[in-house]
Amino acid sequence: MELLLSLSIGLVFGCGVYLLLRPRSFSVVLGLTLISYAVNILIFMGGRIDRRVPPLSLPGAAGLADPLPQALVLTAIVIGFGMTAYLVAMALRQLGESGSDAVDHPAPDNPERSD
Amino acid sequence: MSHLPILPILLPFVAAALMLLLRPATHRAVGLGSTVLGLLAAIALVASAATGDNAVYALGNWPAPYGIVLVVDRTAAMMVLLVFALALPALLMASAGIDALGRHFHPLFQLQLAGLSGAFLTGDLFNLFVFFEILLLASYALLFHGGGPTRARAGMHYVVLNLFGSAVFLISIAFLYGTLGTLNLADIAQLLPAVPPENQALVRTTFAILAAVFLLKAAVLPMAFWLPHVYSAASAPVGVLFAILTKVGIVALLRLSVLGFGDAPATQGLLLPWLPVLALATIFVGTAGVFAARRLATLAANLVLVSTGTLLFAVAFATPAATTALLFYMPHSIFVTGGLFLLAGLIAERRGVLGDALVRGPCVGNRALIATAFAVLAVAVSGMPPLSGFIGKLALLQAVAADGWQVAWWLALLGSGLAVTLVLARSAALLFWQPLDPLPRMAFATGPALALGMLVAASPLLAIAAAPLATHAEAASAQLHARAPYIDAVLQGRTIDRERRP
Repeated sequence: MELLLSLSIGLVFGCGVYLLLRPRSFSVVLGLTLISYAVNILIFMGGRIDRRVPPLSLPGAAGLADPLPQALVLTAIVIGFGMTAYLVAMALRQLGESGSDAVDHPAPDNPERSD
Repeated sequence: MSHLPILPILLPFVAAALMLLLRPATHRAVGLGSTVLGLLAAIALVASAATGDNAVYALGNWPAPYGIVLVVDRTAAMMVLLVFALALPALLMASAGIDALGRHFHPLFQLQLAGLSGAFLTGDLFNLFVFFEILLLASYALLFHGGGPTRARAGMHYVVLNLFGSAVFLISIAFLYGTLGTLNLADIAQLLPAVPPENQALVRTTFAILAAVFLLKAAVLPMAFWLPHVYSAASAPVGVLFAILTKVGIVALLRLSVLGFGDAPATQGLLLPWLPVLALATIFVGTAGVFAARRLATLAANLVLVSTGTLLFAVAFATPAATTALLFYMPHSIFVTGGLFLLAGLIAERRGVLGDALVRGPCVGNRALIATAFAVLAVAVSGMPPLSGFIGKLALLQAVAADGWQVAWWLALLGSGLAVTLVLARSAALLFWQPLDPLPRMAFATGPALALGMLVAASPLLAIAAAPLATHAEAASAQLHARAPYIDAVLQGRTIDRERRP
């Protein structure tokens, strides 16, 4: 189970990195989303995988799953979601301002340009 | 338990929330009021930290390591004071009209302050992540303030890079919780020396990843190219505030390396020898960037790189003497680079289409005042006597004298100082001594004049107050390096019942 989860996290993260390096802003947003999925599952696994302990306190259960990673992952999901929303808004604004969704398109020639 | 430690976070938070309810016309007054109150709270914090105790504020009275704690030591209090001391001139500059270029400038500014104070005060790694996100999200929007394609492009890179950085931060947090079972800094410091051998490789990797994240935020060489690009695109008041943004990464790394890295078998020598090399390379690249800069703001942004490299070199060795010099140099570095961003904005306002471009053109109006300010900042930033840059660099040169690094360190620091002097002299000639007729004078609004006065006066004042500042830096460094009192103050000798992990 550990091996399978680790491999899947690695695969998702790898796909995310690949998409992150693409030239269009849409793929970059998708890439960051995939990366945050991978990271969220990783945080979840920080509390160990164990089938014998339930996440809720049930009568007759031997123990309780570590609740802290669940709290952490919840925070991480919320923050990640907000950030993604902001990034989408920003990408749309960039598309509106420069007419291109290329992440790395050359800056227009204006006196503000510095490099 | 005094509620003082939470005030620098709570005040801007409440102000930001309040502004959303109020009419935009009141935003300036609320923002200024909150920043001044925050400054007073930060001064009180420094005064209370001067006793040398680690004041621990447990939120909701939940005890560490499970609850969230804020820890006020001399270093944290000083950094919070620097945040508000820099925010005040930035806000005064913005209130002269730049804040009206887009909506919600003032709430975002306050959220940025809350994030910065929180990041310096927190005693918990996950909370550090949260405050990082708060300050970053505010900085994304502030960077964008004013609009325009240059900002859109720089902003996109900045956001994507930092989101990736945050993901990596979370990875290290997950590993850390998985191996040590705690995210509280004091608890980590306590557990690190006793990591079982089978976990040591994983813990070492975790801390390497964590260090990489902080170095990305601090902008050290392989991950530094975003900084000149982004900082020079920001509007002037935002640039001023950004002068302290990279310092969050530096202070976080310093705290971590002092608390745990040094002597625990799992993390021994983690930052050596590559961090000094990268820091020197950052100084070199920053200096080269100073030569290549075509605008004053780009020049100032590259000077931020130089100061990052300088500070990180001291972090790498993490000896008490190096930390003292670093904490002494920190205020100078923040105020002077902030001042240069402010000056670039003021010059750009007065030169019309030329902006702050370093090209031949008519002299700036109000030359006497602006050129004097430029001269003071230039002398300070290049490290010439008698201002604070000289004293700070001298302290750094003397303190970081580890075996074998001395030659490279002296060459880098003195060489970059010389190069910066040359470039600033050339820029001054381009901006202030041209045969063309000077541009018409432009009245100084009270806000920007006051802001400029504060930032320009900072360096001479720091030089005059060098002795008390040095005493404070030494005490702060001693407190930071004394691990046992910190752990005791946070955990209060509690025995923590840890589950045996499979």
